[in-house]
Amino acid sequence: MKRVFAKLLSGGALVLAPVLAQAAEVQVAVAANFTAPMQKIAAEFEKASGHRVLLSYGATGKFYAQIINGAPFEVFLAADDRTPARLESEGRIVPGSRFTYAIGKLVLWSAREGYVDPQGEILRRGGFRHVAIASPKTAPYGAAAIEALTRLGLLDAVQPKFVTGENISQTYQFIFTGNAELGFVALSQVMEEGRVTGGSAWLVPTDLYPEIRQDAVILSRGARNPVAVELVEFLKGEKARAIIRAYGYEF
Amino acid sequence: MLTEVDLAAIRLTLKLATVTTVILLIVGTPIAWWLARTRSKWKGVVGAVVALPLVLPPTVLGFYLLVAMGPNGPVGRFTESLGLGTLPFTFPGLVVASVFYSLPFVVQPVQNAFEAVGERMLEAAATLRAGPLDTFFSVVVPLARPGFVTAAVLGFAHTVGEFGVVLMIGGNIPEKTRVVSVQIYDHVEALEYAEAHLLSAGMLAFSFVVLLFLYTRKGVRAWK
Amino acid sequence: MEMNALSADGIRARCRVDWPGFTLDVDLDLPGRGVTALFGHSGSGKTTLLRCIAGLERGVGEVLFKGTVWQDSAHGAFLPTHKRPLGYVFQEASLFPHLSVRRNLEFGRKRVGGQHRVSLDHAVELLGIGHLLERMPGGLSGGERQRVGIARALATSPELLLMDEPLAALDLKRKAEILPYLERLHDELDIPVLYVSHSPDEVARLADHVVLMEEGRVVASGGLGETLARLDLPLAFAEDAGVVIEATVGEHDARYHLTRLDFAGGSVFVARRPEAPGSRLRCRVHARDVSLARERVEGTSITNLLPATVTEIADADTPAHVLVRLEAEGTALIARITRRSLDQLQIETGLRMWAQIKAVALLG
Repeated sequence: MKRVFAKLLSGGALVLAPVLAQAAEVQVAVAANFTAPMQKIAAEFEKASGHRVLLSYGATGKFYAQIINGAPFEVFLAADDRTPARLESEGRIVPGSRFTYAIGKLVLWSAREGYVDPQGEILRRGGFRHVAIASPKTAPYGAAAIEALTRLGLLDAVQPKFVTGENISQTYQFIFTGNAELGFVALSQVMEEGRVTGGSAWLVPTDLYPEIRQDAVILSRGARNPVAVELVEFLKGEKARAIIRAYGYEF
Repeated sequence: MLTEVDLAAIRLTLKLATVTTVILLIVGTPIAWWLARTRSKWKGVVGAVVALPLVLPPTVLGFYLLVAMGPNGPVGRFTESLGLGTLPFTFPGLVVASVFYSLPFVVQPVQNAFEAVGERMLEAAATLRAGPLDTFFSVVVPLARPGFVTAAVLGFAHTVGEFGVVLMIGGNIPEKTRVVSVQIYDHVEALEYAEAHLLSAGMLAFSFVVLLFLYTRKGVRAWK
Repeated sequence: MEMNALSADGIRARCRVDWPGFTLDVDLDLPGRGVTALFGHSGSGKTTLLRCIAGLERGVGEVLFKGTVWQDSAHGAFLPTHKRPLGYVFQEASLFPHLSVRRNLEFGRKRVGGQHRVSLDHAVELLGIGHLLERMPGGLSGGERQRVGIARALATSPELLLMDEPLAALDLKRKAEILPYLERLHDELDIPVLYVSHSPDEVARLADHVVLMEEGRVVASGGLGETLARLDLPLAFAEDAGVVIEATVGEHDARYHLTRLDFAGGSVFVARRPEAPGSRLRCRVHARDVSLARERVEGTSITNLLPATVTEIADADTPAHVLVRLEAEGTALIARITRRSLDQLQIETGLRMWAQIKAVALLG
């Protein structure tokens, strides 16, 4: 009898769920390079907390434009530290909520095995038609790739072969489909469980480009959503960090 | 003011739309003729395929084109075997994509115009010694002219307004594949709202003028 | 053998078309000169036959024109319409709306190689459309359009003119406007014409030869006079059954404003005609306008009396009436009289009688 009653109650909870949805959900904007790890983290978080996480992926610049124009995101995981800082200075975040959740790594990657050598000499050798990079204007990994090529003194030679993805996911897609022989993407996109999953890659030395600090913030919209705070705390926890590390990020 | 990069995007867009429209008229006319005349059971299938871009998200078309025209895709293999390389990230690639994307906007008005010409005009021409090709150019095309104008204008305008497909297969290369719509997107992404406004307002005005032209000339035929 | 002789300079059409609910099945030899009317109700297949001959419809069979094969299904031969030296006039004129009248006329003409047997001027003059040349078809009346359509077909100097009810879409006034032009065609041009019609009047005015069609089959085919005067044909049952007589203008009677028309077997007086003596006229005598007498009747207002011999008696469209076919020295007449009169007068074949003609319709 008691169990039946409990079932009825839980049924009632389901019916009420939409009404209570505000409290049980959190809307998150995620930089495209962090797509794969965030899916795993969100799944873990949902399992642990029972809340729902709604994820949107895209370019950090686009998210910025959407946020200042009233997009309903409550937590923002950016691909850089500049954009969250800007939002903070504009008073669009919960004060003190900004923190670095990952430090990204740039990788030169090809979908073909053995195409990119472990020293990245291929960039000097040439012989390819297209190099895919993310839009340097809006994507931090694109800007990092430009910087690395500049320091290598190869920018002028390689630039004519650029094909630009509007975000790092599209850049990956250009390379994955073979339309670009190689390109600069985030290590997290080609790595799983601590190793590169396919093709060939050159991990660009970190001294060739400024650190890609990826900051997260709780946006003003999330100020009154306890789930937002819970999620951010979870991101800082060891369980999430293990996942993040497995994708090649540092802290 | 418009920057050199913006102007380059505008020039490229106009070039893309012009080339695409010319090819569409050449490719679309026989398809429209076949669709208007055939009693084949394949008519429905072909008509549906031609109309697909009307309902399909551009991303679907862009994705499949990217895969098909890539080095591992059937189209890519074909173009590579011809020594042409692969089409994505090139102007010809954009033209191919735009032709698919805008096909229904050209085929349907022309097909409707062909159907409106009617069997009797063709029969009359045949009894006046005009062979099929002769009839087509001396009777059908002049009678279907309003349909051709509509088709050309719609094909051109739709190609100018194309975004998703170009974004997926263009690679955003200045003067090669960076058209106005992509340029606007870039401006917005980079928070360059003033520049975005300028181009966007231009697109808005262009689209309005095109539609105004189509709607005000509707039903007007020189000889009626 | 005779059939072959005919087809050498005539038209041979053996056609079969199978559609759901309709079958055309004809085997015809038609004369290669004069006007041949394909006559019948709508749905009798006359238009379909015409379209087969034109190549607009592709039935199974053979079409030969003056010895040239236009279609021979057995050997897979089919000459497309645009290679057949024919002119075609549709029920609606079907002019090209984007071309002026002049350019419509020139359309077919400039596509015909070699010499033109009909000059453009002649076609224009014949149809009286000289003042319309620079107009667009959209601005023409129905009658004008049809005249342009006929001139357009003629301008190609066709060896065969096919006309599919060219008057059917017009009202009486327009019909009256065009008929004289058609008669001029008949008189002035030596082009064989196949003329589809369901109007007995048109047929009587224009045709030399009649093909009567019913439900996709040929019921009768023969000269106009003999075919119209046959009592066994559905033609005779029509309310306006009658015969056609080819007459010559005899003399004019100035005092009474009458004109005498002579023909084989007699003469009749009609209201004064403008034609000069010696002109040929075609006139129609309806069966309902002919009454019969055993003796020459005196004291009647009917002036036209002809001696004639009864050759056939048949049922009419109502049980009260019978049709009596008479022969007046080579001219056939039909009288529609009551069955009671038939019995009272004891009319039988071979009887010589007087036919009283109450009215003569002159066909131009």
